[in-house]
Amino acid sequence: MSSVIERLRAILPDEAVISGPESLQVYECDALSAYRTLPCCVVLPADIDQVRAVLQICHAEDIPVVARGAGTGLSGGALPVADGVVLSLAKLSRILAIDPDLRLARVQPGVRNLSVSEAAAPYGLFYAPDPSSQIACTIGGNVAENSGGVHCLKYGLTVHNIAALKIITVEGELLEIGSEALDAPGFDLLALMTGSEGMLGVVVEVTLKLLPKPVQQQILLAAFDSVEAAGNGVAAIIATGIIPAGLEMMDNACIRAVEAYVHAGYPVAAAAILLCELDGVQEEVESSSKEVADILVSSGATEVRMAKDKAEGERFWAGRKAAFPAVGRIAADYYCMDGTIPRKHIASVLQTIAELSRQYGLGVVNVFHAGDGNLHPLILYDVAVPGELERAEEFGGKILETCVAVGGTITGEHGVGIEKINQMCVQFNAQELTLFHDIKHAFDPPGLLNPGKAVPTLKRCAESGAMHVHAGQLPFPEIERF
Amino acid sequence: MSVNISNLYQELGERVIAASNSGQPLIIKGGGSKQFYGRNVIGEVINIRSCSGIISYEPTELVITAYAGTPIREIENTLSERGQTLPFEPPGFGDDATLGGTVACGLSGPRRPYAGGVRDYVLGIKCLTGKGGILTFGGQVMKNVAGYDVSRLMTGALGTLGVILEVSIKVLPQPEYEIALTRETDFNTALSQMNAWAGKSLSLSAACYDDGQLNIRLSGKKTAVASARKILAMEESDTGLDYWRQLREHQHAFFKDNKTLWRLSVPSTTGNLDLAGEWLIDWGGAQRWLKTDEPVDKIRRVTEQSGGHATIFRGGDHDGEVFQPLKPALMKLHLRLKQVFDPDRILNRGRMYQDF
Repeated sequence: MSSVIERLRAILPDEAVISGPESLQVYECDALSAYRTLPCCVVLPADIDQVRAVLQICHAEDIPVVARGAGTGLSGGALPVADGVVLSLAKLSRILAIDPDLRLARVQPGVRNLSVSEAAAPYGLFYAPDPSSQIACTIGGNVAENSGGVHCLKYGLTVHNIAALKIITVEGELLEIGSEALDAPGFDLLALMTGSEGMLGVVVEVTLKLLPKPVQQQILLAAFDSVEAAGNGVAAIIATGIIPAGLEMMDNACIRAVEAYVHAGYPVAAAAILLCELDGVQEEVESSSKEVADILVSSGATEVRMAKDKAEGERFWAGRKAAFPAVGRIAADYYCMDGTIPRKHIASVLQTIAELSRQYGLGVVNVFHAGDGNLHPLILYDVAVPGELERAEEFGGKILETCVAVGGTITGEHGVGIEKINQMCVQFNAQELTLFHDIKHAFDPPGLLNPGKAVPTLKRCAESGAMHVHAGQLPFPEIERF
Repeated sequence: MSVNISNLYQELGERVIAASNSGQPLIIKGGGSKQFYGRNVIGEVINIRSCSGIISYEPTELVITAYAGTPIREIENTLSERGQTLPFEPPGFGDDATLGGTVACGLSGPRRPYAGGVRDYVLGIKCLTGKGGILTFGGQVMKNVAGYDVSRLMTGALGTLGVILEVSIKVLPQPEYEIALTRETDFNTALSQMNAWAGKSLSLSAACYDDGQLNIRLSGKKTAVASARKILAMEESDTGLDYWRQLREHQHAFFKDNKTLWRLSVPSTTGNLDLAGEWLIDWGGAQRWLKTDEPVDKIRRVTEQSGGHATIFRGGDHDGEVFQPLKPALMKLHLRLKQVFDPDRILNRGRMYQDF
């Protein structure tokens, strides 16, 4: 181990190699703090050549490497590997170029998400993916997780908004993937890399697509006396041919938590509210807003408010944006889930979640991207109460399995990481998981990049509680049971 | 149709396994409308045309799932009945184009720069790999980051990674209103305007430069299109929206001869390329059709210097490399991925590159 640190110190400045338990603690987890591991050391290279040299050393020494951005990830994707190296890309934090004619921004991976839109604003452009952590999270991490945000219903996820990547392979080779054109020859490796959770290569440069900033925005807030009616409202808007920029739902528990916190003026008696953002040119937004208001009323909204001005619109959004901290005030701890389901199942899945909540004796608050069916149930627990964390995790696992059962997925935008690795066994069969391992092996033959994340071993699936027996058939008959 | 599907899948799986045992290459065929695309291949035809039919379609979910052999025309008609569409405007190049072929070829029409390409709408795929396994990736929901994005990896892979059996694809509402506009101008002005307009909220859904004319299509809410029209101050085109349908399907006069047709995919602001021939500039400058007798090496070199890549689309030599050759490090990765999906190299062997 000391030989790795020595070799790293030889190629990096002193302050760019962190070792010693106290200074390493900062890096022991990401935003999923229930999982913590101390790495052997943390390195902070300042340019591509240094990243490459770090990887070459780790490759030669057979040491695992976990790439890390801002550490805001919610699934433990950047959780260190014990005795491994954490490769922080924080120092690669420059916006290299903005080309307003081509509508592209070339940035280093450590650039904060929000700063791209800030830099593009003078040209009337913006970078669309806007995860809620956008003031802190970095573009490299966004690529690794295929991050979304509240506007991806209309503008897409990270995979839709990047044009090219430079990556360093585990062997230290630089690969250029994608191009400034609209496609590139060969396989779509850009898509394969996006959301690959740092398992296939280390992203060292990203070319982002910039979009014209909408001229006008309008926010509507609609209250419903049932979650089902709110779900119908969502379907009715889409059936009319309108794709809102954002379409968010909160249940009663969330409305009350938020209102107590930010006083956004939300209707606290409502079973659910919808926030609908429309954007475009002025005339379009005006006509669509009226149309959506009518649709919401005929879907059973008990009240529809249209923001009278920018300030009121911001107030409507303020509640949504404060939802997580608001929940943080009413519970000692909460556990955020990320399943995505076909929209038509929203009401029934929320019903199941409510039943599970009673069964596990833990409260739950629902706030989610209704437009694309991406749920974020927040399970309330207290880590100080013995057994509650374990119950919360089991409850969360059941929610994800429910999502898969109705045709959805265990993760819409937070990634699998270490958190949902057991549920991967529910969503994919042994052949599919094997193919994922083979893909990783194609990029990373020694298996050193972020090992143990995102794709479970078949052994783990066989052993984990996530194994289910459907119709008497074991899902992994070829695996030995213990 | 769906009652026999498991039998069909079993037959296809058995054929693939037999082929992989014997080393017999297979040519995957749907409607056969894009057999011209890619390198010439030899082998036995494995036809997926009989795997046809829409599996599920719920307009309010914005998703359609269908068997790969389903004609694109059937899908578009079904969507149209509910006021929806495939926003990437896939060219069919004939009535027989199928969903599977569309996804495997990864070709998109005039709306590509403004709405995204095939790969941006693919949500999930069921496929048969060269090992004979039937695997499912992605799903029917808009957001899904569980596992590597194999569905998009398969998109545009020309069947070299697997036989696509089923596809779930995101759909969008049809534009409420569309209009085709035109103006006579020179190339440089057209190019800078197409790029400048793409950076503004102008409801642009297509832009090309063809025979001295800058042609534009606007699509969207009627109010938005009206507002953009005022700003652009262009004439309404005589050929109307038909022009764009013809361009999408290569029925336009430009495509109706036997000259070698190249497709150059370049950054949209790329200036005049030093290649003699006839040009049609689509995708707001990003896709350039070129009929030329210039040497292959020169075309590839000039295109690559601009940051793009060149494909021999129709005519010319389809026994040599049709697509821009990959850098060695990227080719190595392609070979390793081919090894993962199709170790015996039986599926569309050589269709994309000679090496696999």
